[in-house]
Amino acid sequence: MTSHETVEGLAARVPDGALLAIPPEYSFVPMAMVRALIRRAVRDLHLLAVPTGGLAADMLIGAGCVKTMEAAAVSLGEAGPAPRFTEAVTTGAVVMRDSTCPAVHSALQAAEKGVPFMPLRGLIGSDVLKHRDDWTVVDDPLGEGGGPIVLLPAIRPDVAVFHSPRADTGGNVWVGRRRELVTMVHAAKTALVTVETVQETDLLADEATAAGTLPALYVTAIAEAREGAWPLALAGHYDADAEHIRAYARQAKTPEGFRGYLDRHVFAPAVQAAS
Amino acid sequence: MTRSADEFLICVIARMLDGAGHVAVGAASPIPGAAALLMRELTHGRLLVSMIHGRANNPFTDGGREVFDCAGQGRIDVFFLGGAQIDGEANINLVGTGDYPAVDTRFPGSFGSAYMYFVVPKVILFRHEHTRRVFVPKVDFISAPGVSPPGVYRPGGPKALVTGLAVFSFDEGRARFRLESVHPGHTVEEVLDNTGFDVDVREDVPTTPDAEPDRLALLRSTIGAEVADVYPDFAARVLGAAAAGAASPGAG
Repeated sequence: MTSHETVEGLAARVPDGALLAIPPEYSFVPMAMVRALIRRAVRDLHLLAVPTGGLAADMLIGAGCVKTMEAAAVSLGEAGPAPRFTEAVTTGAVVMRDSTCPAVHSALQAAEKGVPFMPLRGLIGSDVLKHRDDWTVVDDPLGEGGGPIVLLPAIRPDVAVFHSPRADTGGNVWVGRRRELVTMVHAAKTALVTVETVQETDLLADEATAAGTLPALYVTAIAEAREGAWPLALAGHYDADAEHIRAYARQAKTPEGFRGYLDRHVFAPAVQAAS
Repeated sequence: MTRSADEFLICVIARMLDGAGHVAVGAASPIPGAAALLMRELTHGRLLVSMIHGRANNPFTDGGREVFDCAGQGRIDVFFLGGAQIDGEANINLVGTGDYPAVDTRFPGSFGSAYMYFVVPKVILFRHEHTRRVFVPKVDFISAPGVSPPGVYRPGGPKALVTGLAVFSFDEGRARFRLESVHPGHTVEEVLDNTGFDVDVREDVPTTPDAEPDRLALLRSTIGAEVADVYPDFAARVLGAAAAGAASPGAG
């Protein structure tokens, strides 16, 4: 049975050292939860971006929450490089495990299916492969002449988080076409979801909504968070606050500027009261 | 008609999409994205364009993996990649300069390049900056290799390179670029001086044709709004400014 809690309550469920999976910038990023995680001062996260990271990863890294980052890329998109990520990786404060987009998706699909690994084309001859001691190259084991192919071990996150426009009281969560979230949650041991609203109507009762719904059986706990993706967009509901993100990109270029940003937008009493 | 350097490059890339069936456009590719949308308009929609970020022009409904699965099956004909560094064998580096992992300069990462470069038949490399800083003898980190040894499954790979100065083709058998044309206002010597690796040079290198006025008009009237859905800042800066007549007369 899905538990209904506060955002701070969800953040408390993410243990230090967890393998935490977060969505890409265009897909239901739980920014209110990220702010709560920073306030809770979670530490030593193995952060997995599915498959690329942005503002959420940059803030968690800047706030000292992350030990290892696995992603195909981390950037703020049109707002430029992710400044805290860039500095942390350059200085070695965070260990980066470089990946490539379909490798993240495939490794999660392996976990989703409960199989130990998934093969993936490409990669052979790249330094991405060379620096991944957990990936293996084998000859097509079925002897069908497929040549060498890379095997990726399943990735099973401890916790997956995202922010959705709505859930129902039964804990079913709307994801629409954002099905990377479904794969991410299927693969993970627990899923913590913030939502704009909780509705009475059962999302599984109507075939039209059921197809875009993540059923409650995968959802550990949900919490309401109005504008919980801000300053990022929530597709179909609100646009990104581009000015705010550009301002972040400028301020977070220095540790002091980033600290000032956290004081104003994460730790200020008014922010906490609203979350 | 005056046009900006970005508008010129959009028109150069658009010509390379003639005859393609399905073009996919990834992250941080506003110029290729605009070129693809322009060609779709010119072909009355016969060219299928999939912008894999954003909502409009994104046909995928099965999550982030779908575009890669689609490409793996051979359903995508053209894709675009760039590189912080690109070398003479078309190896691309999207990760960083210096000794990995303790790089001197870190870039966002390889994205899907380590896969798409292998499976999409026609990958067009695009990098506006044409300097020896970008076009190096050997990349510091191979996000994706330009060529593969025999036996490695590789239906795809680089076919062309477009820069702010010139257009090159790529010969996979010889793992070498060939200079095909130089943009208006530039010379072969200038291109070679700014390229840190050897290339073949075709005889009597022609000048890259300039932007077609009717395509420029289309770009400013119809395509800008579509580009804005995925790259709002780029659309406002490049196409918005151009529409307002503020663009400088770029030479490519």
